[in-house]
Amino acid sequence: MTTLSLSNIQKSFGGNHILKGVSLDVQPGEFIALVGPSGCGKSTLLRILAGLDSADSGEIVINGREVSGTQAADRNIAMVFQSYALYPHLTAAQNIAVPLVMRRLTRTQQIPFVAPLIPGQRKAVAEIHRDVREMAASLKIDHLLDRKPGQMSGGQRQRVALARAMVRRPAVFLMDEPLSNLDANLRVHARGEIVELHRRAGVPTLYVTHDQAEALSMADRVAVMIGGSLLQLAAPQVIYDDPQHIEVAKFVGQPRINLVSSHAEANGVVALGTERCALANRGLAAGTSVTLGVRSEFVRVSRSGNAGLPAHVERVEFLGSEIIVYSKLDAIGETMIAKVTPAEGAGLGPGTPVRLSAAAEHIMVFGADGARLASAPLVKSAVKEVAYA
Amino acid sequence: MSPNAFTLGRIVRLSILSLGALLFLAPYIFMISTAGKAQSDIFTSSLNLIPQHWFYAENFAKAWSRVHMPTLLFNGVIVCLMILVIQVVIAIPCAYAMAKLKFRAAKAMMVLVMLGLLVPIHATALPLYVAFDRVGALNSYMALVAPFSISVFGIFLFLQFFRAMPDDLIHAARLDGMSEIGVIARVIVPNAWPAITAFSIFSVVAHWNDLYWPLIVVSDQAYATPPLGLLYFRAAEAGDDYGALMAATLIITSPLVAAFLIAQKRFVEGITMTGLKG
Ligand SMILES: Nc1ncnc2c1ncn2[C@@H]1O[C@H](COP(=O)(O)OP(=O)(O)OP(=O)(O)O)[C@@H](O)[C@H]1O
Ligand SMILES: [Mg+2]
Repeated sequence: MTTLSLSNIQKSFGGNHILKGVSLDVQPGEFIALVGPSGCGKSTLLRILAGLDSADSGEIVINGREVSGTQAADRNIAMVFQSYALYPHLTAAQNIAVPLVMRRLTRTQQIPFVAPLIPGQRKAVAEIHRDVREMAASLKIDHLLDRKPGQMSGGQRQRVALARAMVRRPAVFLMDEPLSNLDANLRVHARGEIVELHRRAGVPTLYVTHDQAEALSMADRVAVMIGGSLLQLAAPQVIYDDPQHIEVAKFVGQPRINLVSSHAEANGVVALGTERCALANRGLAAGTSVTLGVRSEFVRVSRSGNAGLPAHVERVEFLGSEIIVYSKLDAIGETMIAKVTPAEGAGLGPGTPVRLSAAAEHIMVFGADGARLASAPLVKSAVKEVAYA
Repeated sequence: MSPNAFTLGRIVRLSILSLGALLFLAPYIFMISTAGKAQSDIFTSSLNLIPQHWFYAENFAKAWSRVHMPTLLFNGVIVCLMILVIQVVIAIPCAYAMAKLKFRAAKAMMVLVMLGLLVPIHATALPLYVAFDRVGALNSYMALVAPFSISVFGIFLFLQFFRAMPDDLIHAARLDGMSEIGVIARVIVPNAWPAITAFSIFSVVAHWNDLYWPLIVVSDQAYATPPLGLLYFRAAEAGDDYGALMAATLIITSPLVAAFLIAQKRFVEGITMTGLKG
């Protein structure tokens, strides 16, 4: 069982600080999804881990052994690339066999024509053929073994790339957006397959994606990386329900979280236009800027009564099982997104006056630096029962 | 409309192309014609394309017997092959390093390659000649081959080609356990055939037809390359026997023509370099 640990990895490209001290521990057999927006340094981190690039500072420890000085080939790490990077001139079977040939045959055993005369070579080659066929069978690509990459579809290439990476039973498995070139249906199907393969192989896996749905649905733990720092590493549910940073809250969740910026008044009261809300964190200095966040499914939209903040509907999107309501708060002019059931959303249309509210426990408060402030932020509204943020 | 229909535009285009082709082929056609003429035919006042007396057999026999054609052709093949192999073996790793590896002198090397492209062999011929003379290496295959062993043109061509190869392919190869030499031999070269073919054609044509350098370093007939042999032939034997001279020329150009006709498809492929797409 392999463990993997990164500590304080730093990397700059010509003055651009790309990785700003990334630390990460992967438990044996764990599946970790690394998500983040494009350009935040995910691929760079994987390349450093694999030994294809070197970090400016920091430690990489695999099974208790520091590997920073070790060559890529000797780290026993396999990687699936976004472009699959199959060898264009080799058939699928040959592609899958390459890592085995390089590892199991000695240099002389690889010489064409002469090699079969060397003792042990035939047996080793036969074993390689057998392993390739077994791997292909488990990924259901047996019928593709004689084709070259140019003659395969994207999904088929992705499987061959997966087979090539898995066939040598690596200590750590890295995947860099392996599904991003597939169409939506195939992607959902392949997700399940990769999780199943991972469960069977039990190899610690670092899976890079910028698709939050992929990350949340596949991983044991999700690492959210933004701007070269790991902002949070936690189980998918925790990442969604309890983000520790405003960027994490913004990145995860569809539609995105509602955010309203404001500032604290005395005794932790926060102003929202003419409304006042009280924070549990009374120690907040007056004048501190804060941002309140609430996920769209917790925003209640009501057309009657006077609880909540007055707003007007701008736009309604019907998605079948749910309805997304965009409405502008009268007090501050911010657009809020609410996800409601078709029954709740019936009769709403552009211009409908509504009142928005949310239960206190669902409202998150972030400080000016983006960090989450108190755990149970709003206790009660100073003015009304519950205010929306 | 079928693509083969002879519309007016197509006819015009085809005739212009044919005319151009004829213009470029004219000297060669004239050479073929002259190779079959008797001395008296050549020096008549009228210009005939078809020889009046068929003299091909005689002219070819003369050309074949008066100079040692097998030696010339053999020298040509050996020299071109040695130059090509050494050039490719040196240029490919060099271009690979410059295209895909990071090292501090990369920029300086790029400048040197560019400078190398600017300096013609004529500028360095004299110092090279003196050097070969000092080490007593004139009149040898070494003298014919060595100055061309590093082809900056080749490095430049491969560099452009390798730059377009995806980095991930090389990363995957390294993860699979290949050394840098292994990456070149197993991944780069098998995918670089279009570039290698194109370069081979340029190199072989240039050195097969080269007269300038062999003329400088070779005075012994045993090491003469085909164009040089032709020169001896004219000076020593033929005098003004143009029929035999043209026959000899035909013999020494025929290997290239044959090679081109056989490899025509790959030739075009190599020039347009559409190998790695799709
Ligand atoms: N070799 C390099 N030289 C200079 N800058 C680089 C190099 N490689 C990456 N970068 C920069 O580092 C940053 C992070 O790149 P990286 O490829 O790691 O992003 P990513 O998170 O994988 O994005 P994506 O989701 O689009 O794949 C980018 O701004 C990129 O421009
Ligand atoms: Mg990337």
